[in-house]
Amino acid sequence: MSGTFVGMPAFAAFPEAAREAVGNRTLRGNLRHATHTIRAKRARAVAEVSDWAELREAGRRIKDHTLHHLDRYLEQLEESVTRAGGTVHWAADAAEANRIVADLVTATGESEVVKVKSMATQEIGLNEALEAAGIRAYETDLAELIVQLGKDRPSHILVPAIHRNRGEIRDIFAKEMGEWGRPAPDGLTDTPAELAEAARLHLREKFLRAKVGISGANFMVAETGTLVVVESEGNGRMCLTLPETLISVVGLEKVVPTWRDLEVFLQTLPRSATAERMNPYTSMWTGTTGEDGPRTFHLVLLDNGRTDTLADQVGRQALRCIRCSACLNVCPVYERAGGHAYGSVYPGPIGAILSPQLRGTASEIDASLPYASSLCGACYDVCPVAIDIPEVLVHLRERVVEGGPAVRAGNRVLLKPAKGHAAERAAMRAARWALAHPGALRTGQRLASRTRRLHPRTLPGPGRAWSGTRDLPPVPAEPFRDWWQRTHGTDNGEGAAK
Amino acid sequence: MSSRERVLGRVRRALADVRPDERPYEEAVGRDYLREHGRRSTEETVELLAQNLADYRAIVHRSTAGEMADLVMRLLAERGSQEVLVPPGLPPQWLAAADPVRIHDRAESTPQRLDQVGSVVTGCAVAIAETGTIVLDGSPDQGRRRISLVPDHHICVVRVPDQVVSSVPQALDRLDPTRPLTWISGPSATSDIELDRVEGVHGPRTLEVILLSA
Ligand code: SF4
Repeated sequence: MSGTFVGMPAFAAFPEAAREAVGNRTLRGNLRHATHTIRAKRARAVAEVSDWAELREAGRRIKDHTLHHLDRYLEQLEESVTRAGGTVHWAADAAEANRIVADLVTATGESEVVKVKSMATQEIGLNEALEAAGIRAYETDLAELIVQLGKDRPSHILVPAIHRNRGEIRDIFAKEMGEWGRPAPDGLTDTPAELAEAARLHLREKFLRAKVGISGANFMVAETGTLVVVESEGNGRMCLTLPETLISVVGLEKVVPTWRDLEVFLQTLPRSATAERMNPYTSMWTGTTGEDGPRTFHLVLLDNGRTDTLADQVGRQALRCIRCSACLNVCPVYERAGGHAYGSVYPGPIGAILSPQLRGTASEIDASLPYASSLCGACYDVCPVAIDIPEVLVHLRERVVEGGPAVRAGNRVLLKPAKGHAAERAAMRAARWALAHPGALRTGQRLASRTRRLHPRTLPGPGRAWSGTRDLPPVPAEPFRDWWQRTHGTDNGEGAAK
Repeated sequence: MSSRERVLGRVRRALADVRPDERPYEEAVGRDYLREHGRRSTEETVELLAQNLADYRAIVHRSTAGEMADLVMRLLAERGSQEVLVPPGLPPQWLAAADPVRIHDRAESTPQRLDQVGSVVTGCAVAIAETGTIVLDGSPDQGRRRISLVPDHHICVVRVPDQVVSSVPQALDRLDPTRPLTWISGPSATSDIELDRVEGVHGPRTLEVILLSA
C-alpha cells in the first residue's frame, strides 16, 4: 500500500524552508500586504452579521454531526447523486482517484480537460497523473493559471499566486502563454486589468472547445445529491456548464446532511474567505439536467487519509474545515514564512494540522509541521467552524515526540517517536514529573531565579538543536508562585479569586 | 473488496468511539442564528437590494411595466450589441422596442456561436437583499446556464417586491435543489493580482439589473 500523497513531496522540513522564505524580501512584502488587507476586510464583513457566533456554532455542529455519522451520509449522498443521473466512484487513495479520472477522460476520447481550481485535485497530483496518461489539464482560475504557466506551486488556499507581484505575472504571461495556447498580446503591461484580459482571451478558446471539465466541490448535500462550487471569476461556471462530461473529485468530508445546511455555510464562507457578503458566483447542480449543462456527471469520493484523520478523536475536527483560508491570513508564522514553507497543498495553520494527519508524520516535513505555529490562537478565533487548531497542534506535537497508536491507510499502527526529538521528549518527561511534584518545582524555580544571570543563551548537549531555532525565555527574577504569594498573600490561585 | 466497502469500513472503524446519538438531526444541530438580519419594510428590503447590488458594481435601474421596452432598448443600444440572446420564455414585450437581432439558444448552437452575441436578457428566480445576489434556476424566462455566462453583457430583470427576499436562508427556502442554480453577486471579478479587484475575467463584465415594479 503506497503512502498517502498530498502533493509536493520531498521538501525540506518547515524550519529550513521557512528560514529561506523569511530571507526573501519581495515575498514577505507581498504577503504582508495581502494578509493584512484581507484580514481587515474580513473583520468588517463579519461584524456586519450580528449572529456570527451562532452561525459559527451551527457550522461546527453540522460538521461534527456529519462526521460522527459519515458512513450514513455518504451512502445517502451516493443514492441521491445516482438518482439524479450521476455516477459515484470511491477512491481509497490518490493513485486510485487519479486512475479513475484518467480512465473516465480516456473513455471520452478526449486528450485535454479544463479544470476549476480545486485543492483535492492538487492534493492527489491529478494534473501530473493525467499528463502521464497523455491528457493535458488546463487550470482556468487566474491564479492557478499564473502558477501553472510559471511552473510554480500554489502558496495560499484562496489566492494561490499571492507570492507573485504584477511584474512577475506580466513576465510569466509574456513568456509562457504561447506554449499553452493563445499567446499574450504584444506590449502587455503589468496593470491588473490588462493581465486579466490576457488571461480571458487565452482561456476563452479553451472553454469554448472543451468537452471534459474537472472540478472539486465546496459542499455536497446528502439529502438532494446537490454539489456546490463557490467562486469569483466565472471560470468555474464555464467548466461546470460548457463541457459534455463533468468529473468532480471531492474529499468525503465535504458532505453536509441537508439542503438547509447550506444557509449556514453560504453565509460564513464568503465572509471568512474573500471578506465579501457573497462571492460573485456560486453554481449548484444535482446530477444532470436534460440539455442544460453536462450530459454525463461523475463524482469521485476521495479518502486519501481522511478516514485515518477521522480515527483520531482530537485530530478529526480538522475535517470540519471549509477551506476559507481565514486562518492563513491571521497567522504570524504564515505571514512571514509564506505558503511554500509548509511543503503541502494545505498551507498555514490548517495545513499544519491537516497534512501531518493525511500523510502521517513519518517524513521530516510532516514531523516538523505541528511546530509551524506560535500557538497564539488567532487561527481558532477566526475559524468559521471553530476548529481548535492550537489544541490539535499540541496533540500532534505530542504524537511526534512520544509516538503512540494511530491509524494509517485504515490500519491501526503504533507510531515510534520521531527521530531528532530526544531532547524534547526528555523535557516533556521532566515537565510532567515536576508538575506532579510541586515541592520540587518550587525549589527548582527558586534556584533558577537566583542563578539566572548564569544561564546560557542556548541549551547545552542534546538541547542545542532545539534552541538553535528558538529563543530561550529569560528566567524571571522571582518565580511566579513567590510573586503571587508576596502580592496576594496565599499560595494558591483559587484562594485569591474572589 | 471494492473501494466502496473498504472506505466505508474504514469510516465505521474510525467512529468506534462515537456513542450513538438518536436525536433527530434538526434537534441535534440546533439553529440559533437569525432568519434575517434586522427588521425592514418591503420597500426598505428592495432598497437594500439595490444598494448591495451597486456596491458590487452591478448597474441598477428601476422600471415599471410601461417603461420596460424603452429602457431595455436604450441599454442594448448603449452597448452597441448587434444581437441579443433571448431565453424561450422571456416576456416578448420587454424587447418590443429593441433593435438587435434576437438569437435563441438552441441545443445545437455551439458555444463559439453564443460567444459572438453581445448581450443577454433574462429574468431570475429570486434576489437576496442582504447580499446583493440574484439567483437563476433555468426557468423558461432564464434559459440554460450558458446563456447568462458567455455574452459579455447581462441584463437581469427582478420583479419587485415579489422576487426579493431578505436573506440567504429565505432564498434557499424558495429554491428547488433539483434545478441547476446560478447565484450571481455582481459581475465576474478577480482579486488574484496583488488583491486589486478587476471586473470581468470569464463571466459577463457588465451586469445590469432592472428592478421591475408592477
Ligand atoms: S481551518 Fe477554519 S479558518 Fe482555516 S481554512 Fe479551515 S475553515 Fe477556514
